Formats: sequence, C-alpha cells, structure tokens
Amino acid sequence: MNGTVISVRNLVKKFGDFVANDNLSFEVYSGEIFGFLGANGAGKTTALRILSGLSSPTSGEVRVAGYDARKEPEKIKKNIGYMCQKFSLYEDLTVKENIMLYGGIYGMSLPLIKKRTAELMGKLNFSEYVNKLISDLPLGLKQKLAFSVAILHEPKTVFLDEPTGGVDPVTRRQFWEMIYEAASGGITVFVTTHYMDEAEYCDRISIMNEGRIVALDSPANLKKQYNVDTIEEVFIKIARPVMTKT
Amino acid sequence: MQKVIESSGVGKKFGETQALKNISFEVNESEIFGFIGPDGAGKTTLFRIIATLLLPDEGEIKVLGIDAIKGFKELRKNIGYMPGRFSLYQDLSVEENLNFYATVFGTTVQENYDLISDIYSHIEPFKKRLAGKLSGGMKQKLALSCALIHKPRLLLLDEPTTGVDAVSRSEFWTMLARLRKYNITIIVSTPYMDEAMKCDRVALIQNGGLLTIDTPQKIREGFGKKLFRIRAQDKYRLLMAMRKYSNTNTAYPFGDSIHTTFIDNSPGDLLPGFLKSEGISGITIEESMAGIEDRFLELMEKEKTPPLKTISELPL
Amino acid sequence: MKRFLGFVKKEFLHIFRDPRTLILLFGIPAVQILLFGFVVSQDIRNAGVAFLDMSKDEVTQKLTNKIISSGFFRQTEDLLTYNDIDRVLKKGKTRAVIVYDENFGKNLREEGKASMSIIADGSEPNTATLVTNYIMAITTDFNREIAGSTEGSGSLINPEVRMFYNPELKGHFMFVPGVITLILILICALMTSVTITREKEFGTMEVLLVSPLKPIQIILGKVMPYFILSLINVIVILILSWFVFGLPVKGSIILLLAESMLYILMSLSLGILISTASKTMQQAIFISLIGLMLPTILLSGFIFPVENMPAVYRWLCTIIPPRYFIIIIKNIMIKGTGFLYVWKETLVLIVMTMIFIGLSVRNFKIRLE
Repeated sequence: MNGTVISVRNLVKKFGDFVANDNLSFEVYSGEIFGFLGANGAGKTTALRILSGLSSPTSGEVRVAGYDARKEPEKIKKNIGYMCQKFSLYEDLTVKENIMLYGGIYGMSLPLIKKRTAELMGKLNFSEYVNKLISDLPLGLKQKLAFSVAILHEPKTVFLDEPTGGVDPVTRRQFWEMIYEAASGGITVFVTTHYMDEAEYCDRISIMNEGRIVALDSPANLKKQYNVDTIEEVFIKIARPVMTKT
Repeated sequence: MQKVIESSGVGKKFGETQALKNISFEVNESEIFGFIGPDGAGKTTLFRIIATLLLPDEGEIKVLGIDAIKGFKELRKNIGYMPGRFSLYQDLSVEENLNFYATVFGTTVQENYDLISDIYSHIEPFKKRLAGKLSGGMKQKLALSCALIHKPRLLLLDEPTTGVDAVSRSEFWTMLARLRKYNITIIVSTPYMDEAMKCDRVALIQNGGLLTIDTPQKIREGFGKKLFRIRAQDKYRLLMAMRKYSNTNTAYPFGDSIHTTFIDNSPGDLLPGFLKSEGISGITIEESMAGIEDRFLELMEKEKTPPLKTISELPL
Repeated sequence: MKRFLGFVKKEFLHIFRDPRTLILLFGIPAVQILLFGFVVSQDIRNAGVAFLDMSKDEVTQKLTNKIISSGFFRQTEDLLTYNDIDRVLKKGKTRAVIVYDENFGKNLREEGKASMSIIADGSEPNTATLVTNYIMAITTDFNREIAGSTEGSGSLINPEVRMFYNPELKGHFMFVPGVITLILILICALMTSVTITREKEFGTMEVLLVSPLKPIQIILGKVMPYFILSLINVIVILILSWFVFGLPVKGSIILLLAESMLYILMSLSLGILISTASKTMQQAIFISLIGLMLPTILLSGFIFPVENMPAVYRWLCTIIPPRYFIIIIKNIMIKGTGFLYVWKETLVLIVMTMIFIGLSVRNFKIRLE
C-alpha cells in the first residue's frame, strides 16, 4: 500500500450533548479516491471540517498530511486543497480575480499563478470566460472552476464537500473525470457525497449513519458482502433498521 | 377522462435567460407524472406556472380544465403544492402546522385523516415537536401531509426527495403509489434519474426544454444503439482507452463500468486486444439494457450536433 | 504580506461592486449632514406670538411692532379677554401670549413702570424658555430706547413670566410624549414589516398563495395580533409615565387611547406597506428602523420645533405621520384639550392609514414575480 495520508482513530466530536461523530476510525492512502458517504445530517461535513483543520476534535487522534489536526491545524490548511459545498468562489468577482485571490492566499508566486492559470484555462476551454463574473457562469462551469482553484497550488490531498449537488449528468461525469485525472497524478481525493451511485467511482468508501461508520471497504467488496447490485441497496440494508425508529 | 394538465408552447424568460421554451405536454387523471432533470433545467419554474404563481410569457396552459392565468383563484383551492424547500413553519409544531393548513383550506384534520394516515403515522409520535427540529425525512412527510390534508385533485411536489436519505426516499415513493386509489393526480419533479422508474409517465427536461415524454419503459427502449457495460481494474485508464478506440461512439463512466456505444453497434473482436495493449486487465464486456440516465445523456447529446465522441469535446 | 494585500484587494472589489454598500457609505452621511445642519438649531424663527392689549396706546403699539419686526416672531391673533389665552395656546399656533395691562403708557410716564406678562406654552419647555428670553431681551432693549426719550426716564417694563400647562418646565413633559410617538411607530412598523418578508424568505408565502386565502385576509391577519399587543404596550407606557415621571393625562383618557389605537393602526399599516416592497427581512428591517427613525426624531417636532426650520423642511414635515400624533398626544396629555382641538390631525392620520392599507393590498403580489 502507498503511504497513509489521513489517519483517524477514535474520533469523537460533540456539540453540547449531541454527538456528531461517534468514535470514527479509518485510514486513507496516498493517491486514493476515498468516498465518504451518508445521508444529510449523518456527520460527514463535521468530520470533513476536522480533517481539513477547520474544527478541532473533542477527542481522538487525527493526522492529516503528517500533521496533528488538533495541534497543527494551520499546517494542515497550508498543505491541502478544499472545496466546500456552496462554492468557494466569490460571485461578484471575475474568474481571473478569484484565481489571483486564491493564488495569493495559498502563497503562490506571481509567475507560478500565471503558469497554473494558463494550464487551467487551456484544459477547461475557459479562455473566453476569464473576465466574466462568477455569477454569470453556468452551474457546471462554476463547479469545475472551484475544483481547479482548490488544486491550484498542487496540494497532495484535496477535500471536496458534496461537489456535484444538482448538476446535470454530463457535467457530473466531467467533474469526476477531473477527479480521476487529479488522482492519477498522485493527489489523494477525499470526497463526501450523498449520491450513492458516485460511490462506485471511488477506490474505497465509508458509509456514515447517525455519526458512526457502518461500512468501510471498496464498493465491489461491499456489494458482494451484502449481495446486492448497487451501493444504494447496501445503504438501505444497513440503515433501514435504524431509520424506522426516527 | 379529463386531462388534468394541457400545456402547449409554454415559455418563460427571466431577464436574458430563457428558463422554459416550447413546453407542451399533457397529464391524465390519477397519473403519477414525473419531471426528471438536473438543477436549472426549469422544473421549479414550470411547477410555479402550473401552481399559478408565475405567468408564462408564451403559450397556454390549462389545469383541471381551467385556464391557469384567468382561473387562478379557483385553481388555488384545488391544488396541493409542496415547493422545493419543505415550506413549513419552523416555529410551529407538527400538529399546529397540519391544523393550520387544514383550516386555511376550510377543512379539518379529522375529515381527511384516512388520506394521510399512512404518512402521518410515521410522525404522529412527534406531533408536539417543532417542525424546525425534525429530520429531513420527517419534514418531507409533514410537508406531504399538509399538502394532502384538503384532499386536492392535483398534487404538485417540487423535488420532494432532494437531500433526503435513501431510505426515506424509497418510503416516500411507496407512499405516493398508495395515493393512487384516491384518484389524486400527482406531478413530481426530481433530479434522481432512478426515480423515473417509479412514475407512470415521465418527461425528461434539460435547459428549459423537454427532451422526451413517455413511459419510463418506452424511454429506455428508445435508446438508439446497443449499450455495453465494460469493466476493468483501472477505471480511469479504461475510460481514456475507450475514448481512443476507433469504433467507440460514446463512452460514459457509470459507477464501476463504462457505458459504451459503438459506431457499428458491436464492440468488435479487436476491443479486448486493444485494451490489453493499453495495459488494462480484468476486462469484462457485456451487453445491457439502457437506463433512463443513458437515454438522458443520449438526448442531451442530440441537442448538440454532431454526435461527439468524448466528454471533453462537449461545449461547457 | 502578499496574502494580506490580496485579501484587501478583494474587499475593495466587493464594496465597489455592490451599489447598496456604496449608498450606505457615501449617501447616508451626506443626508445626515443636511438634515442635522438645518433642523437642529437653537434659534427661533417664525414663533407665533399673540397679544392681549388691555391698553392700546402708543407705547404698547411701539413695543408690539418692535417685537414683531424683530424677525423671530409672527403675530397670530389679537385677543380680547383673559379667557382667550388658554384657547389660543391650546390651538398650538401660538407659543406665547403677551399681555399689556391697562393704562400701560400712562403708568410708564407717571409712575415710571408698567406691567406686562408673558404667558408661554410650557408643554414645550425648551421653546418656551427661548421665546420668553427673546421677548425679555427685546423688552430690555425697548427699555433702553425709551429711557433716553421723553416717555419717562428710569422707566422700567419688567415682564412677569408664566408657563402654562407646565409651570415647573419639566423636561419630560416634552420628552415622554415624543418618546411614546417614536417608540410606537418604530416597533409597530418594524414588527409588521418583518412578518411578511419572513414568509417570503422562508418560502412559506408560496404555499399561502396557493390556497383560498385572500391578500386582505393575510394582511389583516398579520396586523391583528400586533394591534392588540401594542395597545397593551401603550397602556403600560402611560402607567409608567404616570408613576415614574409624574406625567399627567389632563384630558380624556378614552380619547387618548382611541387616538393611540389609530396611530398604532397607522404604524402597523406602514409596516405592511414596507414589507410588500421588501424582498428580504434585512431590507425590511433597514427601511423600518433607519428609514423611519431619523425623520421621526428630527422632523416630527419631537425635539426641534417645526416652525424653526427652513421652509423646505417644514413642507417635508407635513408628510411625517408622527408629527401629527405628537400634536395630538401633547394636546390631550399636557394641555387637556378635547377632540375639537385635534380633529384635523386625527383626520390626517385616518387618511394616511387608509392610504397605507390600500397601497399594501394593491402592492401585495399574488404571484411570485
């Protein structure tokens, strides 16, 4: 196996009495596409925030990119890319302004920003949109741009929080191709989603339900284990007994 | 049987954006009719026009036999509308919300209780809880109960399953199916392609236009070519290789396989060899029935001529 | 450092691309300077003065002329008897009545002194003090003038000052009614302005529209609870004023409550009108608080008397609803007037209420665009 990029042991996160993350343990390996699945409210975003250094665990050990999430969150933030749910891009700035801004925030030098911008524009066929406001771009384009900005500084690990919400089937696939490409270039991708079919794109997945991890394996193994054809059916088999109580 | 919806040439513009163009369709009584399409396709705009909340710029639309523009007062008494965001009063309890909607429509919870009992029974234990404190699945059930409580002839549900967990989603569709016996016509919108299979008839909608309208089964059968599912160890490599292959017509990733169509409708004997030479192992190739999503992609592609070989060539 | 500058640059871009922020940044200070500059003044202009001349001789005529031609005052009426004084002051157009005793000129020549009184409307203590002081100053000046002439040397006209309605010139006689006016309109307008926009923002308005409810039912349904609660509020405030400040209600309490109900209804309707025009709660709150607060404080006559303002501002004051209620409430509470003295202002408030409700119903969007 490749090196461990993320290591989580007995992670607990509480908000008052409410336990959002209940004793999570898992590892993510270098170059993997790791899918973090679960319904809304299961605790995915909470865990993601802890992993990306935005929030600290109540207890447990969390190490990301070699740094301790509780003691060195700032170092984690410097070494990862992050794309949050409702776009990280500023709607009233242009494409170029957003890239320059984030490049600056990541501490990239001006020549490097220019080089990466040119690469990006070429790959996405974006040149005509360079000076357009983000609010004028179609949804699919915004998301692809947001992803590109998240990996602008070529981090080793990138965290994506529900990146494909509501997008049309074609754009969704284009987006996953970008993820594939990044992964094949050695970037570890940690992605949360509530679309069970996207689980199949991942190398390994974990399914969260009510704060706990209830499944952790490759999609193929899980389907075999529960004797079903889709990950959605796996989820229903695991989650149903609990669901009907709430 | 009266047509519940008769729409012809409906169009709607917001500023520069054409949200809907040339929407023509019909819905029959007691049908479960689905609008399937992603965000921005125009589903919510169309639903608001049907609910008489927006006026179309072009075309005509009759709901329950009444012109939607002129007869809005009458229609608003007979439609059960559930808009995108489960519009419930967060600071009122489950019970209070239900009573409110019953009263506003001039009825009581008791009068039509049998209609909602299946659904409401799931949340009745929580009837004193504030709506804001319910989980996504429970909010959905409450919103549905509130929309049904006055026994409307037409139920309009705008993305009722979006953002809700898979278990609640499938329960929801079971509940909808049970409503058939009350002769209520149900029109649903959803971005989830698989939910199309649970409708009587379906309209695929994208970019403000209707791609096709038919029963789910016929839509699948309408797929132009033979569909093949190809699997291999390295998904990304496989995808790139399939794009390179000269006989490939279209190649789309679908979870653990690549759904491919071939120019001459068959993979050809050369394919396995070609893939091996690209360094790909663990190859399986099997023919398969096209699903709704395959057809959706095919129709989206047809909207842009000529047919494209690779995803990255599609205009963004 | 680069990070920091990049971030600062972004903030500038946000500001310049948002017209609303720019208006706030540059527009509001400008408006405030204009308002404050002209409205806030300690000078008198056009203060109404009435004369009760029991003597009607040359001296009184001269003094009267001097007072009127000073530029600060405006002659309102000529009174005939003492009984007229109360009536004239209650009307509200006269700030002070100057009374010349009988045989004014004769007494001045023969005895070297004459009696006059200045009776001021004490319900506005600040103005009353100012007016009295100005008149006294003019009189002193007049003293000096006639000292050097044949009318008498060493003669002295020493006016006696009396404050009607508020003999001790208590500040809160002016202050508390004004505060009641301000609070009622702000709270009422704020409450109702938020309630409709909240439904729009949370999406429940959509569902309400697709129902048998009519717009007028929705509007009145939203006004009702606030109406009842605000009435209770008024009663509590009045009780507090009585116990804490000793503020009396000289006139009829029933009339006061009735007028308050009207004012509350007007404020609630104004709030509804604001909410039909606002898309978000933030907008509604902004318009209700900031849009109403400053004009109410400055232009209603609460602190700064209207007649002291330049003509343009006086015209502006006529469209400010609190202006009328302050007159009503002061008249009833402090001067003890009956309905006859406030019917005009009451009528204005009734008309305004009807306009607001009418416009609200008309503006109420039965569709989503």
